[in-house]
Amino acid sequence: MHVVYPAVVAALLFSIGVYGVLARRNTILVLMSVELMLNAVNLNLVAFDVWLRDMLHSGQVLTLFVIVIAAAEVGIGLAIVLAVFRTRKAIEFDRLRELGEP
Amino acid sequence: MRAVDFWPPSTLEIVFLLLGLVAVGSALLVVTTRQLVHAALWLVVCFGALAGCYLVLTAEFVAWVQVLIYVGAVVVLLLFGIMLTRAPIGRSDDLDSGNRVVAAVVAVATAGVLVSVVVGGFQHAYADLRPGAGSAEELGASIFRNWVLPFEALSVLLLAALIGAIVLSRTDIKGRR
Amino acid sequence: MIVSLVVVLPLAGAVLGLLLSRRPHGRGPAENLAANKRAAWFGVLPTALSTALIGWLAWENTPSTSVLTVIDTGGIAITAGLEVAELSVLTAMLVGVVALAVQVYSVGYMRGESRYPSFSAFISLFTSAMLLVVFAADLLVLYVGWEIMGLCSYLLVGHWWEERANSRAAIKAFLVTRLGDVGFLFGIFVLGFAAGSFRVADILVADIPESTLVLATLLLLAGVAGKSAQVPLHTWLPDAMAGPTPISALIHAATMVAAGIFVVARLYVLFPQPTLDVLGVAAAIGMLGAALAAFAQTDLKRVLAYSTISQLAYMAAALAGGARDAAVFHLVTHGAFKALLFLCAGAVIHHVGSNLLGHMGGLRRPMPMTFWAMTVGYAALIGLPPASGFFSKDAILYGLERSSSPIQLLLYGSALLTVGVTGAYATRAWLMTFFGTGKIQALPEPAPGTAHVFDGREAPLSMLWPMGVLAIPALLLGFTDAGEFHLAPALTALVVALLGAAFVYVVWRGAPERDPARLLGAFRDPCEQAFYVDRLYAVVFVRPVLALARGVVRTDDHVVDGAVRGTGRAAVGLSGLTRHLQNGNAQLYVTGLLAGVLLIAVGAVVLG
Repeated sequence: MHVVYPAVVAALLFSIGVYGVLARRNTILVLMSVELMLNAVNLNLVAFDVWLRDMLHSGQVLTLFVIVIAAAEVGIGLAIVLAVFRTRKAIEFDRLRELGEP
Repeated sequence: MRAVDFWPPSTLEIVFLLLGLVAVGSALLVVTTRQLVHAALWLVVCFGALAGCYLVLTAEFVAWVQVLIYVGAVVVLLLFGIMLTRAPIGRSDDLDSGNRVVAAVVAVATAGVLVSVVVGGFQHAYADLRPGAGSAEELGASIFRNWVLPFEALSVLLLAALIGAIVLSRTDIKGRR
Repeated sequence: MIVSLVVVLPLAGAVLGLLLSRRPHGRGPAENLAANKRAAWFGVLPTALSTALIGWLAWENTPSTSVLTVIDTGGIAITAGLEVAELSVLTAMLVGVVALAVQVYSVGYMRGESRYPSFSAFISLFTSAMLLVVFAADLLVLYVGWEIMGLCSYLLVGHWWEERANSRAAIKAFLVTRLGDVGFLFGIFVLGFAAGSFRVADILVADIPESTLVLATLLLLAGVAGKSAQVPLHTWLPDAMAGPTPISALIHAATMVAAGIFVVARLYVLFPQPTLDVLGVAAAIGMLGAALAAFAQTDLKRVLAYSTISQLAYMAAALAGGARDAAVFHLVTHGAFKALLFLCAGAVIHHVGSNLLGHMGGLRRPMPMTFWAMTVGYAALIGLPPASGFFSKDAILYGLERSSSPIQLLLYGSALLTVGVTGAYATRAWLMTFFGTGKIQALPEPAPGTAHVFDGREAPLSMLWPMGVLAIPALLLGFTDAGEFHLAPALTALVVALLGAAFVYVVWRGAPERDPARLLGAFRDPCEQAFYVDRLYAVVFVRPVLALARGVVRTDDHVVDGAVRGTGRAAVGLSGLTRHLQNGNAQLYVTGLLAGVLLIAVGAVVLG
């Protein structure tokens, strides 16, 4: 297996995640895009772990950790989104501009 | 490192590329679809394809964890989020912000930079796949032998996230004045 | 050992006087009186002890050197040491006696003055510094004392700084002498590096090429001219009379201004002929010009100040003409009689409440003691036998007559003429002060530089005593060197001086109410203005410097500060533009962030 294949797939996935983060208005969609980016990283980790034959399996173990952290992040993120929704009645990014210069 | 030609691709490579194509395509749909729920469903497809990729890469335990947690938990969580925020079910034209063109440019540039760097850097890298390297047994041994401390720290983190999520989402807990 | 005590005692007195006089604290009249009393003890005692020790040194009369430490500088070492030589002891004796007299005198003169403690402490500090100059074994140590003297002079001239004119005079004195001191310091450097040592003894015997010597001594001469108020740096001395009269007596007549002459005498063997010629020309111009200026002054202290310049020029002329011993002799006698004259003038001013000769007259009767003391002083100044000045002037004239200097004729002629003019101005001041009718009127308020208005009494005892004590050397000091007496030049000088004096007397006799300075006719105004040197300096130096300073201020205001303010304004303006980017849309921020990261990455790849 050429390492380039998973690396390129990961790069494309990451870029798509970037696009989603930058272009989507809905906060939940942005969260999904963040998940895409995290998965791109996971793919990289796994591929390089396999390539390097790491005795400690650090790539795969870290992938597991990232998955766990991503789950926690989604939980917290959704809680924040819900809180924002309750107080602002909106979860669109461009309507949450209280921090802007007047 | 012995040089292996790109052509003809091995069967594993063909399978991997097909799965990767599915993953990238569904990811594109996630960020471009006009229906919220569809986006979540395309995400499932994307994660599933990625799990397949992991399998091809002999990381079988990671693949099943991916299916369990991402497909099973995260996406469901996201769907709950969609429902709880009373998002419109069905087509809506205002899912994209006015930032789209700039975002596309930045994303394409990112892709260009990353792909060129990766291709330039790992042109000749070749991984021999040995089945069993990512089995539950191996990974379990590794985690509980070498990664115990981060593992425990992570469990504390999860607990904190759990409590944080509860505190944030419950309406009857007021902040201290 | 003893010599270091001589130097340190007045210093200790100064420090103690400054620190302890005002303890316990208090600002009332009673506390002031107590503080003044303590300060008087701190001022008088160490000086008296020091003078006694100098007397002992003179009695022993053994040249010695004591070195405290050698300061290793990496280059030429500095020797922190003192050296006792005949010239040093002689000058130190003069310093000690005059300083003691002035300390005692100021007790009376500054009675009730709230800043008397600092005043007496500064006198002590000055005494210490002057003694350091006199005894220094190393040129850099000498320079330290030299600078402290300048500082003390500045502080004491500006003692009554509330009056703007006084503080300006102090600053002028400071700046003008400083101008000379720059040259002096560099002269020391040149000498030190040429000789490989800063020790006076080493430098005196060092083999230094003539051209270096000319350069070094000319530089030294700048400092000498500044300190000794010689042409062209003499302008500060008349203005320095703004200080209290005891200060004028001590610093600006007897000791500090003589330091320049002392240094030349000390390093005399180093001075090559070209430098002496320069000194001679300056002295010849200075002595006659200053004497003429003294003749036209209306202020008693300024008369004496110009007289001091003139007499110092005498000494310089003697040095230039090769008569070193005569110069030193005149230095000592002049120190005695000029200090006496100033102290008497202080008593007169104290009495009259004004500096102006026009306000005085007929004081012979109310102040007999002062009258006699001052008469002795004037006699010495004019050079009448048997006063000390007669002998010392005779020595100088004799030396100049026999001088082998290329400008001998100029020096001798100028000196002889000055003798006549000196007789004239001294007689004029004497007559206008003590004879004629009293014109005293009580001034509504004491003018600056005076302490009291007229009170119709002779000066207090503490002021009379020092006058009496100084009158003795002023009268008799000449006999110590009477063996060197030469009749011919003495008679010439006497006749010339008496001619000048008699001329003034005749003119004054004709109209006692009018100022004999009218003799000068159209020449009077230039003389009174000291030949417009001050104005010339104002036009040539002061105004351009002030204009330059204003230019600098303007540049600082508009260019430097303008740049700073402009930076601030530009930052505010630019941030006004960029603040529109802060629209609160986090996605926009992230877009910018990522674009930036990409640009950096691409830049790193392309450029790196």
